[in-house]
Amino acid sequence: MTWFEILKEPNIQWILWACTLLGIGSGVIGSFAYLRKQSLMGDALAHVALPGVCIAFLLSGVKSIFLFMLGAMVMGIISTFIMSYITRKSRIKQDTAIAIILSVFFGLGIVLLTYIQHNANGNQSGLDKFLFGQAATMIRSDVIVMAIISAILIVICTLFFKEFKLASFDAGFAKGLGYPVALIEQLIMFLIVIAVVVGIQAVGVVLMSALLITPAVSARYWTEKLGLMVFLSGLFGGVSGVIGTIISASGNNLPSGPLVVLSATGIFVFSILFAPSRGVVSKFLLRQSVKRKVEKEKQMQLRERGSSI
Amino acid sequence: MSVNELWVILTGIFVAASCGILGCFLILRKMAMVGDAISHSVLPGIVIAFLISGSRDSLVMTLGAAVFGLVTVFLIQLFKNSGVQTDASIGVVFTALFAVGIVLVSVYTRQIDLDLDCVLYGEIAFVPFDRITLFGMDAGPKAIWGTGITFFITLLVVSLFYKQFKITSFDPAMAASVGIPVALIHYMLMGLVSLTTVSSFESVGAILVLGMLVVPAATAYLLTERLSVMIVYSVAVGIVSTILGYYAAVWLDASIAGCIVTVAGIIFGLTFIFSPSHGMISKWWRKRKILQEDHAKQAQLETA
Repeated sequence: MTWFEILKEPNIQWILWACTLLGIGSGVIGSFAYLRKQSLMGDALAHVALPGVCIAFLLSGVKSIFLFMLGAMVMGIISTFIMSYITRKSRIKQDTAIAIILSVFFGLGIVLLTYIQHNANGNQSGLDKFLFGQAATMIRSDVIVMAIISAILIVICTLFFKEFKLASFDAGFAKGLGYPVALIEQLIMFLIVIAVVVGIQAVGVVLMSALLITPAVSARYWTEKLGLMVFLSGLFGGVSGVIGTIISASGNNLPSGPLVVLSATGIFVFSILFAPSRGVVSKFLLRQSVKRKVEKEKQMQLRERGSSI
Repeated sequence: MSVNELWVILTGIFVAASCGILGCFLILRKMAMVGDAISHSVLPGIVIAFLISGSRDSLVMTLGAAVFGLVTVFLIQLFKNSGVQTDASIGVVFTALFAVGIVLVSVYTRQIDLDLDCVLYGEIAFVPFDRITLFGMDAGPKAIWGTGITFFITLLVVSLFYKQFKITSFDPAMAASVGIPVALIHYMLMGLVSLTTVSSFESVGAILVLGMLVVPAATAYLLTERLSVMIVYSVAVGIVSTILGYYAAVWLDASIAGCIVTVAGIIFGLTFIFSPSHGMISKWWRKRKILQEDHAKQAQLETA
């Protein structure tokens, strides 16, 4: 099959669209997470979804994707509240707070999951499937949901761009200007929660956090302007989605999620090597040229001294 | 208490103790998520070790995992040095390696039979059944040996280099200026974290390792200002959580690892509220007292 033939298959088209949209949306919101040093929040939230899903199942007794997403989202919002409360009110740093949230909530989720398995009546299987993601089973309605969510993410980030920027770079200044900083921070967290809850279905827990981190880090290498960084991050996320899906479809049925992540990692490695001014190669060239200049100046000085004697 | 119960609790205590010691240094260095990263990124190591050796011998797999644990630590440091934030650097490395692992598994698992769940997410309840024989004699469960040896190595290295670990954690610039090899100490610490993670998760599960690395240490951080005391508290909280968590799990008929972490989380929550030095209540009380004194002073000034 050629590339075009692959792309014409309707089934693959849906996966392609879903992965691309997911990549764009999480790339955009991921840039803010990166700047706020909350990159690993995505990882934590993806784990927090487990108790959410279990509680949704315990309360309703039915397996419904919608209820699972709702449970995961409510749990995600609660956990972001706890996380920011811990960091604001005590001397515990953000990374530790994130790790505490991740492990305790996931531990609680495992307790609930095993409790359900041992005590409920048999129809609990597949609860954890929700968390491991299968892009291959994506259908039209899933893609539409993803399109809507990604669009919402991008629109909100555009509308509140100034507020997000201020709160991310200088929260104290933003507070001084009278912006509701706590509310803005909570809104950013909420957007991350949405991206994660939608994304875990498609690519799974671990790989979802990659989509929030890797495109943003890569974009940071190419520019010093936030607007451009957010745009590039979305672009890198989207491109990774396309490349990953195409390789997955043309290869021997490799799973698309990890391939999307590996494409994003490829872009990251390319950026770290070849980005102008911040990349490894350009830094090396710069150092070489400075070295040469210094050598030249030294030589000239020596020559001058020689002629003056 | 039956012998099997004792084995499970003892394994948990060894894990809690080594994690409790190392966790203190991790949270002081703002690298709390390294444990999580390592427990995910060793997957390709396990798969490659399996593919090369062709056996499911846990020693070979642990070796593969250990190599990738060190690779993870090295890559995180490499990206950090080239200007990526610590958290993002951790995130990029472990997700990429985990993705490699999943691709390897899905390429090769058709020929072989490698149960991912069993390799990656051990179950502490099965500890007593996987036994080791030395000189033809039953020498107890394998996990006890793995986690026990790790604990003693950790204890030995940390107590030998305690001063160096302490100074590099609090003030790396000063450490460098007094001639401590900061990078070497860093890699020693990360090597220990990697060793602990790898030796523990096979027997007790990744989530228990991460929880024990972070939660008891954070609890201890709220209780004291001294590093040595913090380590003691951290280990104590870990051990108490293990014992309480075990019985909670028996009572609820649920996952032991999950219960231990949950109990640790509850202890953290209680400390967060009631700690005498950093708790919410004592802080509120102190604030009120200051306000009252302030009011009293103002009243005095007004009457005068």
